Amino acid sequence: MDQLSVEHLLGIKYLKPNDIDLIFKTADHFKEVINRPIKKVPSLRDITIANLFFENSTRTKLSFELAEKRLSADVINFSSSQSSLKKGETLIDTVNNILSMKVDIVVMRHASVGAGVFLSKHVNIKIINAGDGTHEHPTQALLDSYSIREKLGSVKDKKIVIIGDILHSRVALSNIFALQMQGAEVKVCGPTTLIPKYITSLGVAVETNLIKALNWCDVANVLRVQNERMDINYFPSTREYTQLFGINKEILDNLDKKIVIMHPGPINRGVEITSDVADSNQSIILNQVENGVAVRMAVIYLLAEQIKR
Amino acid sequence: MSKKILLNSKDIEIILHRLACQLIENHNDFSNTVLIGLQPRGAFFANRLVDLLQNVYHIKNLQLGLLDITFYRDDFRRRTEPLAATSTEINFLIEDKKVVIIDDVLYSGRSVRAALTAIQSFGRPKKIELLVFIDRRFSRHLPIQPDYRGRQVDAINEEKVLVTWKESHEIDSVYLQQK
Repeated sequence: MDQLSVEHLLGIKYLKPNDIDLIFKTADHFKEVINRPIKKVPSLRDITIANLFFENSTRTKLSFELAEKRLSADVINFSSSQSSLKKGETLIDTVNNILSMKVDIVVMRHASVGAGVFLSKHVNIKIINAGDGTHEHPTQALLDSYSIREKLGSVKDKKIVIIGDILHSRVALSNIFALQMQGAEVKVCGPTTLIPKYITSLGVAVETNLIKALNWCDVANVLRVQNERMDINYFPSTREYTQLFGINKEILDNLDKKIVIMHPGPINRGVEITSDVADSNQSIILNQVENGVAVRMAVIYLLAEQIKR
Repeated sequence: MSKKILLNSKDIEIILHRLACQLIENHNDFSNTVLIGLQPRGAFFANRLVDLLQNVYHIKNLQLGLLDITFYRDDFRRRTEPLAATSTEINFLIEDKKVVIIDDVLYSGRSVRAALTAIQSFGRPKKIELLVFIDRRFSRHLPIQPDYRGRQVDAINEEKVLVTWKESHEIDSVYLQQK
């Protein structure tokens, strides 16, 4: 059997296409496991995992924690709001203190770009990046691709448009890497102020007209406007954003074909997407959440396999 | 690599019929019994038995599931080569059922131990029995014995007993091979 070519999951850009294949094949098995009456396997019963969330998260943290528990790992949780970071402790000190409690894997979310890479150079432990600033969110991109593969059979040659706040989105960047690695064509769509200046250097086309973008694509991955990361006004008003880039049922019904709607959550209903679209049969938003657990189980399992005692 | 044939396709056919008859003797019409083949190799054997029970002995409504035990093994991270999982296909609950676990070769007993744990994810069975095609005596690491066995084989640890099935290797045979 193949092994992952990486020692940590720091970003999609460090993976090879074979790694993604292996993660998806393993996730298929775990998806079957989490649909059993008893949804737990004992594989990781001697592994301890620390979830270090230096930035707020609800669903990613829950999803990771559930994945870890389904694999029978011991789990400890840490959120920055209750930590000694506020007392002036450095990241390396915090993590080293946690490591001396004999932890095997760290799942980390951090507001700084490259926090995972930095940590991997200073501490001897497996690291899974659960989001580093506006950089990468690899497990989200993996579960997005996995959900597309499940819905459409494969990702290869599919047309995917990522709509919304691309500038502040780690989901967008990881998705671009993951989708291109699997042979998909990617476009981004949003207000020009929220599209990074050099995005085309990644081989991504830019479309500022929502209807054109939707008519082109097979799948629309709709992102949230990340107000909390905005220090200036990128568009005049939320109302104007919704008028230009919000997806409603009428727009969807007037397209030439039935496209798939995705959203990594949390949804701002009525802003980037209306309720009837989010809850329609074209939406696979809740499948994404379910697949998130299976994909994270696969990632953790495959990294844990490399730990030898 | 020296190879010694232990059973040819004729011998295997006879043994399959005997095992099918033994199962019928204990489980009658199989109304409260389910068969579980262990992936990957036990699945071929289980399919053959089911085929025989249905087509020759006219047992209807047989329930066969396939169980993968990769995530339940006790040698995870202790092997030089990582294990590849196969699929589990059990579309029924085993609550209060009699379960017959089917595998091709019983050697250390560790796979069966893993299967006993794995099967609990599908409910609490009334009883579990073990049916194996080849029982390698004197090589057990755990106190596990079969309820039905095709053939008992005494082999030393340096030897490997291989079962091939028409479906996967074009020929039914059991042979002994030096490792």
